[in-house]
Amino acid sequence: MILEDFFLRALVAGIGVALISGPLGCFVVWRRMAYFGDTLAHSALLGVALGLLLGFNLTVGIIGTAIVIALTVTLFQHQKKIASDTLLGIMAHSSLAISLVVLGLLQGYRVDLLSYLFGDVLAVNYEDIYWIYGGGAVALALLAYIWKDLLALTLHEELARAEGINVTLIQTLFMITVAIVIAIAMKVVGVLLITSLLIIPAAAARRFAKTPEQMAIIASLIGSLSIILGLFGSLEWDTPSGPSIVVAEVILFLGGLIFGGLFLSRKTHSP
Amino acid sequence: MNIQNDNAATPHIAPPTSESDLNCGCGHDHLAPLPSGEPLIHAENLTIKFGGKTAIQDVSLTVHKNEIVTLIGPNGAGKSTLLRALLQALKPTQGEVWRKHGLVIGYVPQRLNIDPIMPMTVERFLSIPDKRPLPEREAALKDVGAHHTLKQAVQSLSGGEFQRVLLARAILRKPDLLVLDEPVQGVDFQGQTELYKLISRLKEQVGFGILMVSHDLHIVMAETDRVICINGHVCCSGAPTQVSDSPEYLALFGGQTKPGLAVYHHLHDHSHDCEHDHSPPTSSET
Repeated sequence: MILEDFFLRALVAGIGVALISGPLGCFVVWRRMAYFGDTLAHSALLGVALGLLLGFNLTVGIIGTAIVIALTVTLFQHQKKIASDTLLGIMAHSSLAISLVVLGLLQGYRVDLLSYLFGDVLAVNYEDIYWIYGGGAVALALLAYIWKDLLALTLHEELARAEGINVTLIQTLFMITVAIVIAIAMKVVGVLLITSLLIIPAAAARRFAKTPEQMAIIASLIGSLSIILGLFGSLEWDTPSGPSIVVAEVILFLGGLIFGGLFLSRKTHSP
Repeated sequence: MNIQNDNAATPHIAPPTSESDLNCGCGHDHLAPLPSGEPLIHAENLTIKFGGKTAIQDVSLTVHKNEIVTLIGPNGAGKSTLLRALLQALKPTQGEVWRKHGLVIGYVPQRLNIDPIMPMTVERFLSIPDKRPLPEREAALKDVGAHHTLKQAVQSLSGGEFQRVLLARAILRKPDLLVLDEPVQGVDFQGQTELYKLISRLKEQVGFGILMVSHDLHIVMAETDRVICINGHVCCSGAPTQVSDSPEYLALFGGQTKPGLAVYHHLHDHSHDCEHDHSPPTSSET
């Protein structure tokens, strides 16, 4: 089979995103931030709307908006009046709704809303690939830099603080990393499915890992495999690419569950 | 506490010189033997308020090298609050915390639940946050008597095993000060005795200072150099062995002693003829 250029670009872009979303997704899972990731993803659409409205680069707009939202949520989480999942829900849906309204008001732009919501990886161009690999490399470097401290504070925040880790700095850098990854992952699966790219490979990797680092690497591999399977599936059956990738992830996750249940003994649990 | 032999380098706040916190006007001598090590951490007149409510009032304390200090007090007395202030997780409303320059702290938290979603072996856990050579990790585990757990998942350990692993991790940091928050919680009596002996032995070997927190009716190690009783303020303090001869001993230490251990009963209505009020301030301890 001869692969078309656009399909190769899609594969390269998808795998680039999967490589960084594996380790980052592990932290999203460990820190129970799935809903937080969802909120940031929704807010990414606000970045698109603002970028179109004010005329700056959309990827920069997305990263900027995601960082602002991430820091705002972090600040607000210290207050006790509104529960944090309520707060996240308000942020997620208000930013989604506001951006749809703004996009609706932007006369003259033919915005392909579906491609933002569900991704259009088959349409990525070389500029997108540069963004994905450039942004991905920055995100990966940041994550590698904060890895050991972030791991310590994920285990026990007070312990990390007591032993001299600058918790606020590490958390802020982590938020920035999440924002970057969401901005680049959006090109592959769209805002509504980004969280799945983060959490499903990580959750699937859990059973096959003994250490956090193993889980991160296995999550990257499972993510990349999902990209390959999803894209070929999408080509074969003419299905939308983003959702096909997510379906492939779910199949791998369930396969892992069954395989793990059959062949791997469960040695963990109950302290 | 009583530091006449203070010779520490002096950064911004005065290193410990006051002995007023020991003196609660009770007439008898609360003083422990003079600590011989250098001061590691010193809190001076700490007052912490949460939204107008006072959790701790005017508390001072010092921990020296080679010394075991045990904080004791009933629930809600402000022990955790004080500890958080010492660990700089909380900014005191008044007062200051002085630390030796470059102080390395090894911390054993009261509770550390590792979610099963995070894969973690004991071997890997000992390298948190900083990587330690494997032989060092194995030696530390041997030291605490948990060598057999090396390859196990931390989630599969018993309470006592996990406490030992936590201790090993803290020691691997080569700390100047070891902070233990209720280190024997969830450990059976036999295990508690062993853990306390272990802590004491490690102190002799390595020579760090130890700050330990214990709650009411808890077993305090006999090796403790000083017990500081907190009930919103420093209620009383002194060496267990010294006060054991005094009439206060029965009120303080309940009479029942086992070899190697002293059982401490905190009586809320105990009287030692002090001028000040022993009732706790309205506290909102975490």
